Amino acid sequence: MSALKIKKGTSRHSAYDLRDPNSTVIESHTLAVVVDNEAGVLARVIGLFSGRGYNIDSLTVAEFDHLGHRSRITIVTSGTPSVIEQIKAQLGRIIPVHEVHDLTVEGPTVERELALFKVGGKGDQRVEALRLADIFRANVVDSTLESFVFEVTGTPEKVDAFAELMRPLGLLEVARTGVAALGRGGVV
Amino acid sequence: MKKSMTGARMVVQALIDQGVDVVFGYPGGAVLPIYDEIFQQNQIRHVLVRHEQAAVHAAEGYARSTGKPGVCLVTSGPGATNAVTGLTDALMDSIPIVVLTGQVPTFMIGNDAFQEADTVGITRPCTKHNWLVKETDLLSGVIHEAFHVAKSGRPGPVLVDIPKDVQFANGTYTTKDKVNMRHYQPRMHGDAEIIAELADAIGRAERPILYTGGGVINSGDRATELLRELAELTGFPVTSTLMGLGAYPASGKQWLGMLGMHGRYEANLAMHGCDLMINIGARFDDRITGRVQDFSPGSKKAHIDIDPSSINKVIRVDMPIIGDVAHVLEALIAAWKAKGAKLQHEGLAKWWKKIDDWRAIDCLKFTQKGAVIKPQYALSRLEELTKDHDRYITTEVGQHQMWAAQYLNFNDPNRWMTSGGLGTMGYGFPASIGVQMAHPDALVINVAGEASWLMNMQEMGTAMQFRLPVKQFIMNNERLGMVRQWQELLHGERYSHSWSESLPDFVKLAEAFGAKGIRCSDPASLDDAIIEMLEYPGPVIFDCLVEKHENCFPMIPSGEAHNKMLLGAASTKDAIGTKGAVMV
Repeated sequence: MSALKIKKGTSRHSAYDLRDPNSTVIESHTLAVVVDNEAGVLARVIGLFSGRGYNIDSLTVAEFDHLGHRSRITIVTSGTPSVIEQIKAQLGRIIPVHEVHDLTVEGPTVERELALFKVGGKGDQRVEALRLADIFRANVVDSTLESFVFEVTGTPEKVDAFAELMRPLGLLEVARTGVAALGRGGVV
Repeated sequence: MKKSMTGARMVVQALIDQGVDVVFGYPGGAVLPIYDEIFQQNQIRHVLVRHEQAAVHAAEGYARSTGKPGVCLVTSGPGATNAVTGLTDALMDSIPIVVLTGQVPTFMIGNDAFQEADTVGITRPCTKHNWLVKETDLLSGVIHEAFHVAKSGRPGPVLVDIPKDVQFANGTYTTKDKVNMRHYQPRMHGDAEIIAELADAIGRAERPILYTGGGVINSGDRATELLRELAELTGFPVTSTLMGLGAYPASGKQWLGMLGMHGRYEANLAMHGCDLMINIGARFDDRITGRVQDFSPGSKKAHIDIDPSSINKVIRVDMPIIGDVAHVLEALIAAWKAKGAKLQHEGLAKWWKKIDDWRAIDCLKFTQKGAVIKPQYALSRLEELTKDHDRYITTEVGQHQMWAAQYLNFNDPNRWMTSGGLGTMGYGFPASIGVQMAHPDALVINVAGEASWLMNMQEMGTAMQFRLPVKQFIMNNERLGMVRQWQELLHGERYSHSWSESLPDFVKLAEAFGAKGIRCSDPASLDDAIIEMLEYPGPVIFDCLVEKHENCFPMIPSGEAHNKMLLGAASTKDAIGTKGAVMV
C-alpha cells in the first residue's frame, strides 16, 4: 500500500458545496462504511474499487458490534470530486452496506493509525532511535540488545514522519494498521 | 407453524410461495436433490434448455415480458460459469432474475472438488447480490430475500449457491412474510423540492424533451400510464433509449423515435438543441450521449432514477430526483397542476415546427430496388404483416438489432426484449423461448443475424421439445454486419474475420430438428414467405437473404456530438476521427 502522500482537499466542510463539480483536483477522503459482517462483504467492497478503477490508499476493517454482527470499514480513497461522489453512491448500492459516511465532508474528524517499527542498531544510533521514539511518544514493545520494536499511534502523517526519521537509524520492518477514524463531537 | 423439510424441498416450496410457474434449467450432480423434488410436483414447470447461458437469457425474456422475476436452476462448476454472461447481461439491463446454482458439499468446498467453482466469487461483480447458503435452516429465508432484492429498487440478477449437503439436510422452512431485509429499503419517493423545481421548469421550457429509458418499463404499468399522461398534458416531444421502447407508443403523435448512435435524426437533434431535458429512467449511456463534452450543451437537465449511483455518473444534472418513476411522475404531475399547469405555448409551437423540419428529412427512408432484399425492407414488411398480432419481439445484437429498433413499432411496454447494455450476441433466441413460455398464445419473433443466431442455435431442441412456436427471423447477410460496418468506416475496409464462412443450410437445419425452414431471397415473394412463417403453428427458421453490404444509418460516429450525425453512405468518408476510433 502506498504511503499516504496525497494532499488533503484544500476546502473542507461546508465549503464542499462550493467546489467545482468538474474539478480535476485529486482529493483524499476518509470514508466510514458500516456493513453486515457476513462472508464476502469485504470482497464486495474491494471488488467495487478494483472493478471500477478507484483507489484505495488505506483500509481497515473489524467487527465493532458483536451482537449485531456489524463491521466498520474505514477507507481512505482519492479521486476527483465527481469520482468521490460516485464511489459513495456505488458503495451505497451494495446490499449488506448499512451506511456510508464521508468523514472528510461531514465535519472535523479524529484519524489515527497504529504502526509497529522494527529498528536494528548499536551504540549511538540505538540511543538516538530511543530518544526520537520518546519525542513521538512511541512505546517500546519489544527489545533485544540489537533491536527495538516501537509502537506508534497517530495520524498517518505522524507515522510517515516517524518512518522517515527511523530509516537512517536502521529501520528493518514496518507494519501499519491503516486509518481508523471517527467524527469529532457528540453527534453520530 | 414451523415446518421441517429437506433443503431441496425448501427450494421448490420457496419458489411456489414466490409465485414461480416456470424454471429454466439444466441438471447436474450438485443439483440432483432439487431436480428430484421438481420431479415429484406439478406446480412448477421446468424448461430444459440446451446450455446454461440460454437458461439465463430465457429467464430474462420471461422477466422482461411479464415484469415478474425469471428463475434459473443450474448445477455447480460449469453450470454456474456458463450462467455468467446471462447474469452480466441482466445486471447491465436491470432485469430481475433469480439464479439457483448447485455447489459441492460444504465439507468439500475449497478442495478443488469435481465441478467445483467459486461461484459466489465469480458472480459477485455480475449480480446485484449473491449468497452461499451453508445451513439448511437459512435456505428458504435467503431465497425469499433473493426474490425481494431482484425485484425491488433497480431490479437485477441475484444468485443463490446451494451446496449439495444443504439440499439433503433437514431444516426449518421460513415463510415469505418472515423475511426482514432490515436496512435494504430502496427509496421510492423523490425529493419534493426538486420535483417542484422541475414542475416550474416545465412551465418555463420552450424547447423541452422527455428522454425515457428502461426504468419506465421496470417501474411497471403505472409508470407507463403516467408517462403517457405527462406527455399528453404537456405536449412535449418524447424520445426513448433502446431499452425503453414501447413505454410511449410509437403511434403517438409526440413520438420522435429512438435516440442515440443509430437513433433518429429528429430525436438526436432535439436532444442536442433542447432547453429542458427530462431523463426518466435512463442512464446517459455512451450510446446515447456520444461526445460527453458536447452533449446537449444548452439545456437544464432533470434525471429521475431509482439508483443514486446513476445520478451525475456521466452527465451532471441540475435536478437529480432519486426515486421510482411511477411515484415521481405522479408527484410531478400533481406539482405541475398545483402550480397552475403552465406551459410556454408559443415557444412549444416553434419547437415543434423545428422538430417537424427535422422529421421531414425522413432519416429512415430507403429504396428497395433490384433483386436483393434490403434489410430495412424486410423489417418494414415484417412490421406491416405482424403489427396487428399480439406480438413480442426479441433480437440478437448487431445491425439487425438497430434496424429492428428503427423499423418495428412498439405501442406497449414489455413487448421488446433486447440486450442493450452488454450487447450479448446469442441473447435473442433463448429470450424468445422465455417470452413464449410466458405468453403461449402470442406471436414471438426473434429478429436475428445469422452470426448471432448461431451462438445459441442449440436451443432449437428446447423450442421443439416444449412446442414453442418461436419464429427465428434471420436476416442473413453472411457477415458480422456491424463489425463489417466499423471496419469499413474505421479500418480501411480491411474486413478482418467479419464474414460468416461455412454457414449451415438453415432450411435443412430446421428440418433436422423437426421444425420448419423457409428461405427467401426475392423481394417479390417476401410477403408470402412471411405469411407462411406466421401461419405455421410450430417453430420456424426463416432464412432471409439480405443485401450483404448494407450499413446501418443514421449513425453518430463514436466520439462525436449528436449534431454530427451521418445520414447515409455519402457522408461517411473520414467520418470517425482517430480519437473516436479508440471508443467502441
